Amino acid sequence: MRRTALLAGVAATALLLTACSSNDGGSASTADKDMTAEINYAFWDATQEAAIDTIIEEFNEEYPNITVKKDVTPYSEFFGKLQTQASSDTLPDVFWMNGPNFQLYASNDKLEPVTDAVDPANYPQALNDLYSFDGTQYGVPKDYDTVAVFYNKALFDQAGVEYPTEGWTWDEFHQKAKAISDALKADGVYGTVNGLSGGQEVYYNTILQAGGEVISADSTTSGYDSPEAIEGLQFVADLIADGSAPTLQQLSDTPQNVWFVNGKSAMFWSGTWSNAELRDSAIVDDIEVAPLPKNEQEATVIHGLANVVAKSSKNKAAAQAFQEFLASERAAVIQAEAGAALPAYSGTQTAFIESAPYNLQVFRDEAENSSFPYPVSKNTAAWNQLENELLPAAFSGERPVADVAKELAEKMNEALAEENE
Amino acid sequence: MTSSAVREADVAAPAAASAPPAGRGRRRGRSDLGWALVFVLPLFAGIALFYLWPIVRNLWFSFTEWGPFGDSEWVGLDNYIELAGDATMGRAILNTLGYTAMLLCGVPLAIYFASLLNRPGLRFANLFRTAFFLPYVAMPAAISMVWRIIYNGDFGILNYALSLIGIDGPSWLSTEGVALVAVALVGIWISLGFNLIILSAGMKGIPVELYEAASLDGATRWKQFTTITVPLLTPSIFFVSVMTVIAGFQVFDLLYALMGTQNPAIDKTQSVVYYFFTNIKTGDNGYAAAIGVVILLLVGIFTLLQFRLQKKWVTYV
Repeated sequence: MRRTALLAGVAATALLLTACSSNDGGSASTADKDMTAEINYAFWDATQEAAIDTIIEEFNEEYPNITVKKDVTPYSEFFGKLQTQASSDTLPDVFWMNGPNFQLYASNDKLEPVTDAVDPANYPQALNDLYSFDGTQYGVPKDYDTVAVFYNKALFDQAGVEYPTEGWTWDEFHQKAKAISDALKADGVYGTVNGLSGGQEVYYNTILQAGGEVISADSTTSGYDSPEAIEGLQFVADLIADGSAPTLQQLSDTPQNVWFVNGKSAMFWSGTWSNAELRDSAIVDDIEVAPLPKNEQEATVIHGLANVVAKSSKNKAAAQAFQEFLASERAAVIQAEAGAALPAYSGTQTAFIESAPYNLQVFRDEAENSSFPYPVSKNTAAWNQLENELLPAAFSGERPVADVAKELAEKMNEALAEENE
Repeated sequence: MTSSAVREADVAAPAAASAPPAGRGRRRGRSDLGWALVFVLPLFAGIALFYLWPIVRNLWFSFTEWGPFGDSEWVGLDNYIELAGDATMGRAILNTLGYTAMLLCGVPLAIYFASLLNRPGLRFANLFRTAFFLPYVAMPAAISMVWRIIYNGDFGILNYALSLIGIDGPSWLSTEGVALVAVALVGIWISLGFNLIILSAGMKGIPVELYEAASLDGATRWKQFTTITVPLLTPSIFFVSVMTVIAGFQVFDLLYALMGTQNPAIDKTQSVVYYFFTNIKTGDNGYAAAIGVVILLLVGIFTLLQFRLQKKWVTYV
């Protein structure tokens, strides 16, 4: 909690500095409503296209002469294509950005700072931080996801274990998981299932809960070799070691969401993105949501997408006008009503929260009270690769967690030093 | 790489099989050559543009280090020096050799099945031929989906079958050591159809009189198989082997689709091309290019070796 307050303070200072330094940017009040232009808007999720159509329609009521052309590229190819476009200065005027890729574009001067017309106070602070580089904010948060525990009430009942409660701890979580695994062993049911391909679902959270960090606030050093981070990783390894959770091999064969949806796991750490699948699953009536258990502190990592404007845009004024509209409360409400994603604009999340019978409010409370920025640096992909290479040996118990964490920190620091050369 | 090697092999076989009479038509030679060039040009342009030029560019890239947005700098032999001391690369080469060796075990299998399919009077021969060939024309991604289900450690049909006879099977695709064999089995299964077609065609070219004469002399079916079929089939076997080795060295899609990037065993099971892909993904384009050069050299050396060795065992009639 104290950490969050501190972060907010730092960010507020950064914000003041930003406000003073970015007066050169245009703002909605001065933009010419009759300007004529054609701009491209690039994104990857085709399921959100309907909401975007409505947003463009309403944007055109304000700016009738700006044509917005949609450019949908599947996620798997999106950033490869974007990198090529950036190399030849043909980036789309406005496009989606995610955390791992943001600093790469910001540090290489490919993005335009957001205008004064966008008020960062409307969005979770951790997301403003995620899309700020060297004290300047480049992205307008679009939506967000935090992580909580989905659990299957029927399996808890069957195993005779009590449901999770608010403010529960690691120990309570572990006891419940173990008790369910033991009680329902004959049916092949596990107490919990941990998605370990990437840190967002589980181990980034446990590291934060133990009081550690994945990367330092200035993105220059790895936090993996701290005792707290090691404790966070050890917790995950312990769950696998005593059979509370399936092994990495089992997860590779059958992904975590499949275990949970088929009633083969009683608990499942996951984010808002799982809502659509769980809401339509056969076990929907048995699902309930609890906040993540705490250790030293309550913590979840928060990630979300942002809308950014290309520095090389030839119609910058029009692009910024569109970005400002995307940043508005109205655009957020359209998104929430379509049920596509939990919008970042504060106060507009209700429609999304009401989209499922279980308690989605938990995700919003976590975002406001105990969320930490998703760890990124200029070349996030380089050390994400190291995590994927090294951590499996720690989780499977093949090597001591501390050894792996130390090696990972060393290699990650090398990679970080390389990107800051 | 693949297509040029195919052509080489295509040309090599008939040329050696029937050495063309030399000398005649020297007067017409010049204008013939002109026309020949005109007809070859379109194909050659394609090969030059899409195969030769990229190889040259790739060689150039392997001496550079890349920034994220297309900017690169010359680093000389740095990439190769790093590659020489890279344990992951060593492991990837061993895995690739292992995979290729296993894939080659599919060739005798294909010969056996081809001879079965070519038995005179076999009913439903076309049905069997189609059945064998189907995996080869199906999409590797679709095939991988099915095999992932078969190989699944907890819920897979393979482990279910094993459990009936009291064996507790592993997670086939995510256990180190087992995974490469499991992937190779699928590789063999896919390539069987292609090999079978080539070898069947080769068998059809063997004169029936030889078999008639052999059976008059009292040779058994097995004797006929080992003394007539196999020796006369060696040019086709040679071609299939060359193709198999090249395909083995280039394995990527099966590893990617069957095992996936998040597999705990992928680091110890990855092939050289897969390692190339990993480096492209993290933006190390120069290093990846150096790996590409190594793949090219490996394929080149092994193909050359096979062409050298063929003199010892391939019979051209």
